[in-house]
Amino acid sequence: MELSLATRIIAGHTVLEVGGEVDVYTAPRLRERLVELVDGGARHVVVDLGRVDFLDSTGLGVLVGALKRLRAANGSFGLVCSKEPLLKIFRITALDQVFPIFPSVENATSVTDDRDGGGSAA
Amino acid sequence: MATVRLSFSPAPVHVRTARLVGVAVARRAGVAEELLDEVRLAIGEACTRAVALHRQYGLSDLVLVQMSDSDSYMVSVIDRAPIEASVGLAKLPPDELADESLTDEALTTGVGFALLAGFVDDLQVRPVEDGAGTEVRMVWPVSRPQKQR
Repeated sequence: MELSLATRIIAGHTVLEVGGEVDVYTAPRLRERLVELVDGGARHVVVDLGRVDFLDSTGLGVLVGALKRLRAANGSFGLVCSKEPLLKIFRITALDQVFPIFPSVENATSVTDDRDGGGSAA
Repeated sequence: MATVRLSFSPAPVHVRTARLVGVAVARRAGVAEELLDEVRLAIGEACTRAVALHRQYGLSDLVLVQMSDSDSYMVSVIDRAPIEASVGLAKLPPDELADESLTDEALTTGVGFALLAGFVDDLQVRPVEDGAGTEVRMVWPVSRPQKQR
């Protein structure tokens, strides 16, 4: 399935809803969109992985890049993920200790300052 | 023994094709349904690694994927990059993952290897027997229907 990207604003957070496959071929598009958002002034970004059915190391690298970029801009970055196969990927790579991961968009956007990883693992 | 061979030019767009073929052969070979997501991810990571190495070294050689299903399901992904490129594959500790000094390339490589090691119980990374290159060999168990009496 092709990559799909849709943005909306919820409670002061920019929520990027990602769908489809995030891999070595599609990840550059995700990176471009995240860079656009941050360059456009977004400081509290949530990436909703609810409709992602494949995520590889390249996609994870893009997400880490966005986390670093927002940290440098005194912003926040969180992920929404409740699918066990994807959560396993975060656990195996230890990235569950790097990203705030929330079970729902509502949880993610109710956090006002999760800069230091205040999120709870889903 | 049934063998499927696939070779592709080192372009990211073809990695998805390799994943799809790899999972289709795995299913037919009798790999358990609950392992297929891991098979898909592991084949994708091995192919992504091979494509990245070929691009890094400016190689136009094809990446080779071999799948066979004798007693188990074995997938080999073979690149043609200099062997020293494989040195330094290691899982990164959590406190280094978001380190500012870590390049995106190093992060992706480390995370990719962590996924391979985490999802494949039987994993070997070794030099190819002829010329430059590395083989990433992954093996999964298969279960076949009992023969009818």
